[in-house]
Amino acid sequence: MDLANRLLNQDKRAAARLITMIENNEPEAIAIISELYQHTGKARVIGITGPPGAGKSTLTDKLAKGLRRQGKTVAIIAIDPTSPFTGGSILGDRVRMTDLYTDPGIFIRSMGTRGHLGGLSRATMGAAKVLDIYGFDYIFIETVGVGQSEVDIVKAADTVLMVMVPGLGDDIQAIKAGIMEIGDVFVINKADREGADRTKVEIEMMLDFNHSDWRPPVTKAVAMENKGIDELIENIEAHMAYMVSSGGYLERRIKNCQAEIIELTQQSLLERLLGKEENRAEIRGLAEKAAMRQMDPYTISNQLLEKMV
Amino acid sequence: MERPIRVLVAKPGLDGHDRGAKVIARALRDAGMEVIYTGLRQTPEQIVNAAIQEDVDVVALSILSGAHNHLLPKVVELLKDEAVYDEMLVIGGGVIPDEDIPFLKEKGLAEIFTPGTPTQVTIDFIKGNLKRA
Amino acid sequence: MFEKEKLDQQKEKDKGWNENKVEKVLSKFPERRKQFVTGSNLKVKRLYTPADVEALDYDGDLGYPGQYPFTRGVQPTMYRGKFWTMRQYAGFATAEESNKRYKYLLEQGQTGLSVAFDLPTQIGYDSDHSLSEGEVGKVGVAIDSLKDMEILFDGIPLDKVSTSMTINAPASVLLAMYIAVAEKQGVAADQLRGTIQNDILKEYIARGTYIFPTAPSMRLITDIFEYCSQEVPNWNTISISGYHIREAGSSAVQEVAFTLANGIAYVEAAIKAGLDVDTFAPRLSFFFNAHNDLLEEVAKFRAARRLWAKIMKERFKAKSEKSMQLKFHTQTGGSTLTAQQPDNNIVRVAIQTLAAVLGGTQSLHTNSKDEALALPTEDSVRIALRTQQIVAYESGVAETIDPLAGSFYIENLTNTIEQEAMAYIEKIDALGGSPQAIEKGFIQKEIMDSSYEYQKQIESGDRIVVGMNKFQVKEAAPKGLLRVDPSVGELQKDKIRQLKAERDNSLTEAKLAELRKAAVGTENLMPFILEAVRAYATLGEVCGVLREVFGEYQQSVIL
Repeated sequence: MDLANRLLNQDKRAAARLITMIENNEPEAIAIISELYQHTGKARVIGITGPPGAGKSTLTDKLAKGLRRQGKTVAIIAIDPTSPFTGGSILGDRVRMTDLYTDPGIFIRSMGTRGHLGGLSRATMGAAKVLDIYGFDYIFIETVGVGQSEVDIVKAADTVLMVMVPGLGDDIQAIKAGIMEIGDVFVINKADREGADRTKVEIEMMLDFNHSDWRPPVTKAVAMENKGIDELIENIEAHMAYMVSSGGYLERRIKNCQAEIIELTQQSLLERLLGKEENRAEIRGLAEKAAMRQMDPYTISNQLLEKMV
Repeated sequence: MERPIRVLVAKPGLDGHDRGAKVIARALRDAGMEVIYTGLRQTPEQIVNAAIQEDVDVVALSILSGAHNHLLPKVVELLKDEAVYDEMLVIGGGVIPDEDIPFLKEKGLAEIFTPGTPTQVTIDFIKGNLKRA
Repeated sequence: MFEKEKLDQQKEKDKGWNENKVEKVLSKFPERRKQFVTGSNLKVKRLYTPADVEALDYDGDLGYPGQYPFTRGVQPTMYRGKFWTMRQYAGFATAEESNKRYKYLLEQGQTGLSVAFDLPTQIGYDSDHSLSEGEVGKVGVAIDSLKDMEILFDGIPLDKVSTSMTINAPASVLLAMYIAVAEKQGVAADQLRGTIQNDILKEYIARGTYIFPTAPSMRLITDIFEYCSQEVPNWNTISISGYHIREAGSSAVQEVAFTLANGIAYVEAAIKAGLDVDTFAPRLSFFFNAHNDLLEEVAKFRAARRLWAKIMKERFKAKSEKSMQLKFHTQTGGSTLTAQQPDNNIVRVAIQTLAAVLGGTQSLHTNSKDEALALPTEDSVRIALRTQQIVAYESGVAETIDPLAGSFYIENLTNTIEQEAMAYIEKIDALGGSPQAIEKGFIQKEIMDSSYEYQKQIESGDRIVVGMNKFQVKEAAPKGLLRVDPSVGELQKDKIRQLKAERDNSLTEAKLAELRKAAVGTENLMPFILEAVRAYATLGEVCGVLREVFGEYQQSVIL
């Protein structure tokens, strides 16, 4: 059986292999997803983000278990940074999810950021599609931290869960610019620590500036002790229900697809431009002219664009 | 783009001595590989499930409890049952007496690295013996 | 210790020696390396002189043996009174086999027992649990119930020996079994002497045989402190262990720092549980590693003693001198042994033995030469014990107390290790104490960095390990290694089946139910555990109840 059929028949090895091929940007995998695209769209995609050390992996583990108790199947994509120096990485999120390993309703995949521009979100979204086709009810995408690339990744989710911890203090100020507004549901993990209530108040205050109809709920949890998990699942469900009833669901997916199309096109253009040695040499030559003020960069850019499109 | 080699570093058995596993994990990372680290006390079933989902090229097993003759062949057996053994290189390391090594190789372990083996030897072995391109 | 004027003259002379003598020699004969370092990478100077210990205050910094700050030792006569306890860690296969080995060791002149348990026992699983498959009796003896414990100590009078048990997460259960065996021998609990390791924090950090999460684990530990202070007063209730931290690859400084930071956490937990510091602190004991860098290790032991005394006096306001004394067991460094040319290990162990003795240890386990390969054979255990006896009876180092004191290098290094360890402790305090620092992965990451650095030094040849990365020879595979009979697992399973058929199961159930109720509440759990093991509840049953109530610890790995 070929990979596409094996995937449709819920073969985990095929899913795993396809994700590898997508990560390696193999055209064959892209072709398979294109072909099976009508099978996507059923899974709920949840982006999980928050500062390093917030306990995202442990929380993900408990959420997955909670959903499993409800009979739902869950796939998890856990992202860890790749070393910019060696290209290697240690992907350690599984350590906090070990008792999920043998549950047939669970699939965990670790991904390195691999440092390529925009490639990570392409890879994670591709992987999410594979797992969607496979038929998982939920797909969690867990990011490393709260940088711009994480924002890009979780934005593509149906629901974004922001994980905070008590005592972030000034960090909240830093995080709020650009990322607080993407959270649909907030949770303060490790809430048995001092300052949990204050952190909650601070987040609520920040959310007061949000004037959309959906007011993100903020709850407390202690993931290690499995506390606050059911409530969090309810909040995630409530967000989903709101999205459907308000018509925001389709609008969000349109927006997400739009962003994906733009990004894929942008990537292809860049690859077409920089993928060939002769093009790179030509740009170098033109840059020399610009540096010596024989040409201007605006004209050069226009020329290149015309040549490509 | 050259794709990175993916390695699962796992500790079957109940012993908690993960110094060797962690050192090798770091060394493989520094050699440009993607290392999936699973933590302590992994059953053969857990290891094999992780290896499949992570679609790794190499399964590296570190064990110091003395239960190697029981647990390492079990991992290979399960990989064979799942029809992925032909694609994955399975290696072992830890306090394993020399006289046990022929038995383990016969059971499908590609190589056993005993204490004192430089990490570079393991790295070179992996690079030279991958089962799929 | 030195007059200012003389010291200034000395410094001038130091400078003169450097300029006139050393520089000349160096220009013709460069030294072996640019920077010399200790076994754990502290910088070492060419020469140490009074200028390197100029601030040393004899009374304040060193004092007398048996007096604060105990730098020179915890007893006034040290080994002139009696030698350290020679205690070889042993145990494998079944209780019957281990019992034989203990009797052999006692006949050979060993003065204390040290019980090694197999991994299922250490993690609270019975031999018939699925995770125990292949592990039963491998690294120690399998104990499933009081029945096994009765066999383990058969014919060994528990009022005559002191017994150390390397058991942590289920320490209360094994201690309860020991008390119950003693009862059957007619020995009262207050006559029992020995130690349980009972140090869960270092399991989270380095050794890995944890069961329960931090908070209930700390409760079990403080319950033991409280119970023993009343019922088993001569029992050392914890052995706060740096040994495994060092084995995981830490430096000497980190070994001291992280061990004492854990010690601080236990003291704080006990005080928070309402215990008076001077009731339990005298029963705290420590456990360190002895590595190859002889002088660094001696300095390490001295620094640890001084630092702990200060912490207990200044931070915890202990009043009893006994609370301030850091008493410790030592084991020679297992990770220093090489699988290559194993006979060389005898020499390493001899050096490490000297380090422990010159550092003032209270008891010592010497590793056997074949431990990098397998469990030690009877012959190699005997050589290891003989090594201690030769140092004790022939080397002369035990005839006077703390003989290296006053060495400019030793005192300087003692100061450095103490200061650097204190700096770490301050960092850990800032993170909220050792349990939080562990949860954040800080301690594990620091150890990992040292361990990886060490590995890189060996691979680059910057650090030489004789027989491993230099002076190698072609060797035949070693023969005659000890093997544990694989049928041990089946044997233990049979024993459990038989036990469950013979015991009064309704009584066992009732006792386990009482334990569960107590675990949900806040009572001291020791009496309930004791009742359960008396009713022949298995280790796995007792730990199973606690697992249900407490949950399990989840490892935090930062690589």
